[in-house]
Amino acid sequence: MDMNELLEPFDKMLEAISTPAQIRAVEEGAPVAPVWDELVQSGFLDALVSEDAGGAGLSMADMEPLFEALGRHAVPAPVAETMVARKLLADAGESWLQGPIAMAVAKVGQDVVVPFGMVAEHVLIDLGDGLVLAGAADGRPVPTGVRGSLDARMRWDSEPVGIRLPAVAGGLRPVAAVLRAAAMAGAAGRLLEMTAAYANERVQFGKPIGRQQALQQNMAVMAEDAVACRLAAQLGCGGGVIPALAAAATAKSMTSAAAGRIAATAHAVHGAIGISEEYDLQLYTRRLYEWRLADGSEGYWNRLLGQARLASKQGSVDWVRGEVFA
Amino acid sequence: MFDTLALASLPAEDEALRPAIREIAAQAIADMPIDRRARSWQGFDADFTRRLGQAGFLGLNLPKAYGGHDRGPFARFVVVEELLSAGAPVAAHWIADRQSAPLILNFGTEAQREFYIPRICKGEALFCIGMSEPGSGSDLASVRTRAERTDKGWVVNGQKIWTTNSMHSDYMIALLRTSGTSEDRHKGLSQLIIDLKAPGVTVRPIVDLTGDAHFAEVFLENVELGEDALIGNEGDGWKQVTAELAFERSGPERIYSSVVLLDAWVRHLQAVGRAGDATAALVGGFTARLATLRAMSIACTARLALGESPVVEASLVKDLGTSFEQELPNAIGDDLAAHPDEAVDADLYRALLYVSQIAPSFSLRGGTREILRGIIARGLGLR
Ligand SMILES: Cc1cc2nc3c(=O)[nH]c(=O)nc-3n(C[C@H](O)[C@H](O)[C@H](O)COP(=O)(O)OP(=O)(O)OC[C@H]3O[C@@H](n4cnc5c(N)ncnc54)[C@H](O)[C@@H]3O)c2cc1C
Repeated sequence: MDMNELLEPFDKMLEAISTPAQIRAVEEGAPVAPVWDELVQSGFLDALVSEDAGGAGLSMADMEPLFEALGRHAVPAPVAETMVARKLLADAGESWLQGPIAMAVAKVGQDVVVPFGMVAEHVLIDLGDGLVLAGAADGRPVPTGVRGSLDARMRWDSEPVGIRLPAVAGGLRPVAAVLRAAAMAGAAGRLLEMTAAYANERVQFGKPIGRQQALQQNMAVMAEDAVACRLAAQLGCGGGVIPALAAAATAKSMTSAAAGRIAATAHAVHGAIGISEEYDLQLYTRRLYEWRLADGSEGYWNRLLGQARLASKQGSVDWVRGEVFA
Repeated sequence: MFDTLALASLPAEDEALRPAIREIAAQAIADMPIDRRARSWQGFDADFTRRLGQAGFLGLNLPKAYGGHDRGPFARFVVVEELLSAGAPVAAHWIADRQSAPLILNFGTEAQREFYIPRICKGEALFCIGMSEPGSGSDLASVRTRAERTDKGWVVNGQKIWTTNSMHSDYMIALLRTSGTSEDRHKGLSQLIIDLKAPGVTVRPIVDLTGDAHFAEVFLENVELGEDALIGNEGDGWKQVTAELAFERSGPERIYSSVVLLDAWVRHLQAVGRAGDATAALVGGFTARLATLRAMSIACTARLALGESPVVEASLVKDLGTSFEQELPNAIGDDLAAHPDEAVDADLYRALLYVSQIAPSFSLRGGTREILRGIIARGLGLR
């Protein structure tokens, strides 16, 4: 399939339904339904589901640009998570309800921050020994208290009840991490464009600030980081729906490590206007900070990646070829 | 932005080159200590280059008609990746294979192609790049060394500097002023092939801070060259050099200069059995960066394979890659010395300090960090 044929309509739809005004409304507690219903109708939510089960049978690599688009448009719902959950449900012969599905790695009796938990109807929970699709309400979601955040604190005091699925190798965290990495790459790309455009518009000392070499050098680094995030996310999505640990680790390590630098340069170039609520920059920078922490930061993934690397006698290039590019 | 840089995979037929080149590389490094291998693409061994030529590993992306192998840039990527990760001494053919031969192929006359390229593919014609001058570093367009027309061809006067391997090379492709003055900048520049054995050429090696002499000053005093020394069109030198620099900047050598040290450090950690959280995270962070840079470098190679000249993209990969190469010795130095009671092999210790000391050059050679960032800023539409 021609990838642009897939991405373009998706991107157009997101542009129309995930406007900054709509994102703000959902963040302030308005229902996500206007956004979600369009997504349901579009059919994209079954993109990963096999054709036999009524889906489009696309691969993670096919979908990676679309996952990026979700971040680029700061879509206020767990769209990629729902796509993966539907795929896992379909593979297990289960059907699903239409609502948004968030993902969590949880322990009974312990609080956990669930990305998009405030707008999810269901949560696919990784309990270590298996997966359960449970109603989000059972996790008693409460806001994190972070302004504008769609994440929820959740907690299950006993084994959650719902559709049980077999455990997946390595658990849900790696796939959640690559989805997050792709969204971060998308948000980073958006920030790069906004920042380059602003640098050409804003005039100080009689010329656009983008003509200042100090600013150009910082923005070049920002561009390098943004492109590295994209390639890392593509590596993360290069395999199956359940990615190899090393590929997931690479994707999330790189995007998480770059998130702070990218947001910092975006804000630095924008000056005070970038800090204001009214200006859209914050829609993307806030997400970068939040997503950096979600599903394991760079420190978490570096540790796992390093342990795996140190267990092998291969040279670094060989190891990376075999484990990340496989 | 820069969306054309996207994950690409190496074709299976090019991957298939790996076992053979790996064996040749392994033989070449068998008796080399780590700090020699850490010389990476500055290690010079003309015999090894000829062996590579005989085995068919030079001129991979050059046409068969000129002794090449018609394989395209991906094949070269695989071969170069194997040579660099082993730390094989590749300097002798490096420049000819990477940029001089493609330049001659793209801009040279048929006679020039037939004269130079087959010998490059055999590892028998070694080239160097004569761009920099004492007064012209980053501001390359200000070069002053002149080539003037005579009835038989050209006469060249001036000086080049930092010319890598010029003392071992047969030819230098020089960027010269053929008309106007240095105020005319990009106009009036041309590229000429200078036979370094010609009368009037004096090469004086420069010793670097590690004690190596890989570059030199090249003095050109009334050097007479034939008509056919000109490569490409007179006055097109700037355009040609820009295309050449995309080849120069995009390859895996911009990410693997410290990889021999990285591997030696990992082997040390394995030998002493240190794999705690902090150590693992440090190793993991570098591993993630290596993987991502490799993906970026292959993505750049894919643009070259399509016949494009990815100037901005190559700058982006080179700047990020050299930052990685430079951080490695810094972090490894801290890690080892943070464990002073752990014995470090003499070999690893020497390699660490060698790479630490030479690492500043990684972001100078082939265009400085600041210049590359300027090119990226132009790509962002800021200049
Ligand atoms: C190991 C090695 C091998 C080399 N091999 C070759 C070779 O084979 N052939 C060849 O021709 N050359 C070679 N060079 C030279 C290399 O290309 C130059 O070193 C490089 O272009 C920079 O020039 P310079 O050293 O004169 O520094 P300068 O241009 O004087 O720069 C000094 C500093 O000023 C900064 N600067 C300069 N202009 C600007 C600007 N406009 N904006 C911001 N900052 C600026 C630079 O970034 C740098 O930090 C080699 C260099 C090294 C280190």
